[in-house]
Amino acid sequence: MLFELEDVSYSRQGEVVLRDLEARLPVGASAVVGPSGSGKSTLLRLLNRLADPDSGRVLYEGADVRERDVLALRREVCLVPQLPALIDGTVHDNVGYGARLAGHSFDLRRCLELAGLDPAFGERDSAKLSVGEQQRVMLARALALEPRVLLLDEPTSALDEDARGAVEQTLTRLRTRTAISIVLVTHDAAQARRLSQYAVRIEAGTVAEQGPAAEVLAA
Amino acid sequence: MTGSIDISLVEVAAALVLVAVAIVASRWRGAGLEEDIAVAVARSFVQLTAIGYVIDLIFTEDSAALVIALLAVMVVFGAFTARRRAADVPGALLPLLAALALAATTTLGLVLALGIIEAEPRYVVPVGGMVIGNAMTAAAVALNRLGEDVRDRAREIEATLALGATSAEAVSGLVRRSLRSGMITLVDSTKTTGLIFFPGTMVGMLLAGADPIDAVRLQLILLYALLGSVAIAALVATGLAGRNFFTPAHQLREPPLP
Repeated sequence: MLFELEDVSYSRQGEVVLRDLEARLPVGASAVVGPSGSGKSTLLRLLNRLADPDSGRVLYEGADVRERDVLALRREVCLVPQLPALIDGTVHDNVGYGARLAGHSFDLRRCLELAGLDPAFGERDSAKLSVGEQQRVMLARALALEPRVLLLDEPTSALDEDARGAVEQTLTRLRTRTAISIVLVTHDAAQARRLSQYAVRIEAGTVAEQGPAAEVLAA
Repeated sequence: MTGSIDISLVEVAAALVLVAVAIVASRWRGAGLEEDIAVAVARSFVQLTAIGYVIDLIFTEDSAALVIALLAVMVVFGAFTARRRAADVPGALLPLLAALALAATTTLGLVLALGIIEAEPRYVVPVGGMVIGNAMTAAAVALNRLGEDVRDRAREIEATLALGATSAEAVSGLVRRSLRSGMITLVDSTKTTGLIFFPGTMVGMLLAGADPIDAVRLQLILLYALLGSVAIAALVATGLAGRNFFTPAHQLREPPLP
């Protein structure tokens, strides 16, 4: 099992976000679905320790995430946030940001290509990209770390329909070309069906249902 | 180097005419500052009169311990005052105390060691007060900016943490900008000094009858010393406070709202 959440509770500013949550996410492509405010994004942030639960445990490949080096964990289990948040500079600066911090080399061309961007994008000013392009650069800079798991928080919520379709295609192609597991948070059940084999549906901070995507997300 | 002038309370009271002008202006245009002006006038009178007697005592006693005690009190008050402006920065008091103490000791230590001023209360107290006052302003402005930036850019910070950046790496750009904010006012005013305004020390010396060249030279020494002290204060305050936004596991204590 890739991730297991055991009896996880998390509050924010006195408000319960996750309550006694028990979930399992296998290797491959999983989706976490549920309405806005159900705790999906919070669950994702617990997986690479951008936050820690108040109680309960999060296991990654059988070991408590708190036992790992947090920086190494985040490079291996890389989160792409819902809204683009690039640093000032070129696309090249952005794609290489995490890799440079880690002291890794990175293949700009391949990262851009895997993220569905033309390699000529490298020298573009990141501030002058469309939201869809920025979101792809966010994906490319995560890929530059050569992660084993990508955590994607509503990767298409800021995009129009065409751009959404293109990002979905990119993710599908990424799955076929690499061994990267994906945990996708989305409020869109149809998208979850298209992109994942396993699904966890959460409501009001607790798991309502989990299992094969085809069963959990049956229309 | 300096002469001496006698100022009576009547003369101080006469200057209140200009305060009346300020109050009338505020009332006339509805700025609503009348009460603040009155409080400012009353506080400045009480505080400066009190410190005048304290300084008089310290000059008379000529005691190093009293000088150090007075400077320590200034550092503590300065840190508490600056903390109010750094309300968005968690645990700002300790970084501010360290920043002001280090700025004061380094700057005063250096000007004393280099023989720029003599180790007498008459010189150490006013120079120390200016150093601490300017350091306080710089540290407060820098931390105010840092607190606002971290709050406004929490998403970007978390996005870089998510790529395996340490908290120091994630906040380094904002620390750099806040450091700049803390120092820029003094740098700019140093550039224009003598052209657009006359700094206080020089004005005071000229009013007291000092030779203008002496007044200018002392003012230059102070300006250069102040540049060093605000740099130290802003650097230490932002460097130490930057880590307070994060847990030891490189997590934002106040993560962005989903």
